[in-house]
Amino acid sequence: MSLRNNQAVVLAAAAAVLLLTGTALAFYWVPNAPLEGFRQRIFYYHVPIALTSYACFGWAAWKALRLLWTRDRRYDLESYTAVHMGVIFGILTLITGSVWARTSWGHWWVWGSRQLVLFLVLFLFYAAYFMLRFSVDPGPRRANMSAVYALFGVVLIPISFLAIRLAADLVHPVVFSHDVGSKLTVSQFTTFFVCLAGMLALAGTLYRNELTGKRVDARLRELREALQ
Amino acid sequence: MTSAEKYATAAYLVVLAVVLLYVVLYAFKLSRLEREVSELVGLAREKRDRREAA
Amino acid sequence: MTYLRDVAALARKDLLLELRSRDTLPAMLLFVLSTLVVFHFALPAKTSDAAQAGLLWVALLFTALLGLVRAFVAEREQRVLDGLVLAPCDRSAIWLGKGIGVAAFLVLAEVVALPAYGLFFGPVGWEFVAAVALADIGLAAVGTLLAAMAAASRARELLLPLLFLPLVIPVVVGGVGASVAAHPGRYLAFLGLYDAVFAILSWASFEYVVTE
Repeated sequence: MSLRNNQAVVLAAAAAVLLLTGTALAFYWVPNAPLEGFRQRIFYYHVPIALTSYACFGWAAWKALRLLWTRDRRYDLESYTAVHMGVIFGILTLITGSVWARTSWGHWWVWGSRQLVLFLVLFLFYAAYFMLRFSVDPGPRRANMSAVYALFGVVLIPISFLAIRLAADLVHPVVFSHDVGSKLTVSQFTTFFVCLAGMLALAGTLYRNELTGKRVDARLRELREALQ
Repeated sequence: MTSAEKYATAAYLVVLAVVLLYVVLYAFKLSRLEREVSELVGLAREKRDRREAA
Repeated sequence: MTYLRDVAALARKDLLLELRSRDTLPAMLLFVLSTLVVFHFALPAKTSDAAQAGLLWVALLFTALLGLVRAFVAEREQRVLDGLVLAPCDRSAIWLGKGIGVAAFLVLAEVVALPAYGLFFGPVGWEFVAAVALADIGLAAVGTLLAAMAAASRARELLLPLLFLPLVIPVVVGGVGASVAAHPGRYLAFLGLYDAVFAILSWASFEYVVTE
């Protein structure tokens, strides 16, 4: 048990260090981007948050698969918590993306931004996940259905991405995208990587905290029943 | 500050706000857990006293 | 071979039930016609062909929802689903049988809707029909699975649209694209991809949705 606690503390400390360093790098070290200017620095939070969100949904799908495979019910809680984290980071992606769109193109929402639209679809999908859990009584049935839904979600991500690309030709001919591309300089890449590692560690820390909280809730309920 | 700087900083602040909000929510959860634990300790003590009396 | 026989039996049961009670299919037909008329009044005068085609797809989606909400109602009301699950057949056969029934209803509704659209709005090309046919497969596949999930919940009719709509956004993109774009091939191929991926996923995971 104490090894697990140590791991949790180390992860939290790593998240703090990485994120602080990354943010400092993003503000003090990295030079202004040539075309976009200062506003480009949103990239160092926005994209790591988006990638972390995908990672959370992927993790949720993995835990869902383990649940269906082994029928071990603890995976249900883990999958659910991972989806929860994914949605939180997804909302953050939408907010930071919206701010970036406002400062780059003048509007808080642009249908031409593929990433924004993709996250909107995913947000709708995973919000329905919570509605599903809400309206089914707790038990193995709910666990199974949530797991299947989480698997559908992770398959939906690439399919939706393709769909949005195809839709761009129909619905809005102007595609808005930030001028980041694959030609990152060394300083840009380092800053990005540190922020990405920090965000992933943050998501891991919050996930662990949340999971522990829920497990303690369940144990206390057991204890209460044993004592009455 | 230029407008671009304001927006960029706002984006970072939003992330900070959400993380801090999480901290606040967790403070609430912890105090609730503490209350429940002390309640359960009370119940356990009652049970033990009843068993010793019997 | 018994698998296919089970599937056929289940599909036949649903279609026969509908033939006798005649409640879902007429409702779907009337619904899609009324929606098309409403769209005529909802659209301003010079709407493009593309916008009109898009609205037909919306009408089809909601008609599908109408049919799907009813898909497992009969089973639930008479606890038949438990019996089916206990029966010695592969649970995914239930999905396939039901799905074929749902797809059949959709096709019948479209047999009415597409000519009506051709009459009220504009011509319907072969790509439109192909897109609708491909979309039916995808809609029936995921819709049947989600309807089973919603049937097990407390808020059935409320939950199904919430689950269904985000998941079928790609179908709308593929369908509208194939209907209006200059080169529909890409969109039809995409619809095929969607169908393949989600049909396999639904077929494999249906068992877990209906059992403990």
